[in-house]
Amino acid sequence: MSLLSKNFSSHWKDYLTSFLFIFPAVLIFTVFYVYPFFETFNLAMREWNGISLMRPFIWFQNFQDLLTDGVWWQAVWHAFYITLFALTIQNAVAFMLALACDREIRAKNFYRMVFFIPPVLSEVVVGFVWKWILEGGMQGGQYFGLLNHFLHSVGLNHLITDWLSNPRTALTCIAIVHSWKGFGWGFIMFLAGLQTIDHQLYEAAKVDGANSWKTFWNVTVPMMLPVIVVVLILTILGSMQAFVLVLSMTNEGPGYHTTVPVTRILAAMTGTKQYGYACAMGVTFGAILIALSLTLKKVESKVKQI
Amino acid sequence: MKRYLAGLLTCLTLLASGCGQPSHDSNTITVWHWMTDRHDALIKLAEQYEDETGITVNFQLFAPSDVYSQKITAAAQARILPDIFGILDKKSVVGEFIKSGFVANLTESFDANHQEWRKWFFEKALAVNVFDPDNPYGVEPGIYGVPLDVTTIQMVYNKDLLEQAGYKTPPKTFDEWIEAAQKIRALGLVPFVSGWSELWLADCFSSNYAFNIMGEDKVMATYRGEVPYTDPDWIRVFEIFQTLAEKNVVDQGIVTKSNKFAEQDFALGRAAFAFNGSWCVNVYHGMNPDLRYGVMMPPEISSKYPLLIWGGAGSSLMVNDASPNKEKAVAFLKWLTAKEQQQYLSEATKNLPANRLALADLPEELSDFGNGMADSTHPTIWPVEEDALVKEKFTKGLQSIIIGESTPEEVAQEVQAVKERQLQRAKNRR
Repeated sequence: MSLLSKNFSSHWKDYLTSFLFIFPAVLIFTVFYVYPFFETFNLAMREWNGISLMRPFIWFQNFQDLLTDGVWWQAVWHAFYITLFALTIQNAVAFMLALACDREIRAKNFYRMVFFIPPVLSEVVVGFVWKWILEGGMQGGQYFGLLNHFLHSVGLNHLITDWLSNPRTALTCIAIVHSWKGFGWGFIMFLAGLQTIDHQLYEAAKVDGANSWKTFWNVTVPMMLPVIVVVLILTILGSMQAFVLVLSMTNEGPGYHTTVPVTRILAAMTGTKQYGYACAMGVTFGAILIALSLTLKKVESKVKQI
Repeated sequence: MKRYLAGLLTCLTLLASGCGQPSHDSNTITVWHWMTDRHDALIKLAEQYEDETGITVNFQLFAPSDVYSQKITAAAQARILPDIFGILDKKSVVGEFIKSGFVANLTESFDANHQEWRKWFFEKALAVNVFDPDNPYGVEPGIYGVPLDVTTIQMVYNKDLLEQAGYKTPPKTFDEWIEAAQKIRALGLVPFVSGWSELWLADCFSSNYAFNIMGEDKVMATYRGEVPYTDPDWIRVFEIFQTLAEKNVVDQGIVTKSNKFAEQDFALGRAAFAFNGSWCVNVYHGMNPDLRYGVMMPPEISSKYPLLIWGGAGSSLMVNDASPNKEKAVAFLKWLTAKEQQQYLSEATKNLPANRLALADLPEELSDFGNGMADSTHPTIWPVEEDALVKEKFTKGLQSIIIGESTPEEVAQEVQAVKERQLQRAKNRR
């Protein structure tokens, strides 16, 4: 009996020791992740202006309002548009540049550094610089914006417009700048992935008579698939949540033409003081992002099976 | 293991102390503010106050103003507001802060010694911080803030550019202004600039003309839901923006331009007219000290009702009702708004002082802005407040009209639809 008690006590001591070691991490995770997560759900079902001590419970009214909020779904579509741009053009450029820099070319370290400059720049600074480039005003025949100045000087006057205030071009301009700013991350990850591919595989393909195109499709792409999926997921998460460029370049305008989900959440919190509604937006948007990431993971496993 | 436990306990203690209320030094007053242009001057005044009284005043700057507002809201939620702070929001939000016990009622201090402190201020400067006995926010009547300066939002014109267009004095009526703007456009110049990506500024401009076209009573009746936005007078307000776009008075870029960029355009002589607040005197001086400009009221479009501009207290500071240094904070604010300190602030930062006794030797432009106080009003003193979602739809609609995407009638209908939805929601809540 005493031996059993001793074993029991020793077992609990081990258990307690282990728990104590993970306790700080559990505490931090609970305070900064678990609690806010559940509190967001809680607030999403309340009507609250952010200050008042009264937070009446209104069940799913905020979610119901969100379903019929046209501006919110317009914002979600805009985020998809920016993401689609990033997934295709940004990542294609990043992959091509990574392939180029993976070869024995002159000054490849210089290129690696240059391609990684945009991601490390402040998003606000990038936004303001591009705002200046895309500026549409003119005085005495001189265009303030660099792009319009260039178009004028090469005789393409018919293309000149107020890029950020024209509803047909504003969102695309933001998508392009977002891709320009973000392609460096993909570039670095693709390059790291390419450098892990065993060169014997390329030599074996060469011996088998495969040309460059076949080698790319049958060796490079399959070996890079895990990296590609990670880059795609990160691109989706990063692009769907883009908002700093929007605020610094257009402040959601003209009208609602460049509004995105995060700026809507911010507007609901700081502008119209609808904290509960903002939390409902956050929960819905989080669900959309999780669904997208899970879909992509599923696609990856299907492709792997093929 | 013992060492680990000791370490863990230390960490937990540090964490717990970090999560608690900030410690209060009874000899230090902490002020959170957003006034980038006044920070250095305020620091100097704090040093002077410490020399005179031995009390340290710690001015902490959080800018820009939207970041500051977020910080104040978060601090209120966490109950860690400083001794003195400002609330840059609508009166209903200020009311929520008061009802939640975050803001001290300063009426007694203002009224002490036969209202000595109250008498220092312009009535309109103090009005934004006053809650009347029948206020719609359910706040106990009283004075809840101390104005530091006053502001009016008017139009400024570039004297050189106007002379180039053949004008020695600025236009008086709306039609004359449009005509002048077209002459300026013909010279290859931008007639009018403002930061209308910031919705409040476009709202302010439209509100000036709403008062001019239909008068205050009808505007308030609209906010109460008694007059629809599809009323011909409101359509006329929307049509002003259509006119500005169609007559090339504004560039399309005005809808994505922030006020900082608009200020830069005017200061660099790129635009003949701008719509801006009296703080711009300091901004323009910093950007281009040689700029020759004048101040004018927005030109009237109707003679039926007076055109009212936005004006009143520019920046106000409140005292934390839960602060252990409440008395000292009030004493400091009284000192800060005394004649000498107000004169120093006005000279150093080129802002209109809130203390009427400090009005002396103001630059001409600032004095002109000050003259506008007689024709000023402000949303914070209106008896009714428009719903924030309706305001957002309204100002976004103005942008749509400028870019030619919507007609005034379409925007009016969209705004009215949101108004009706919000009225219905308010009714359901009751």
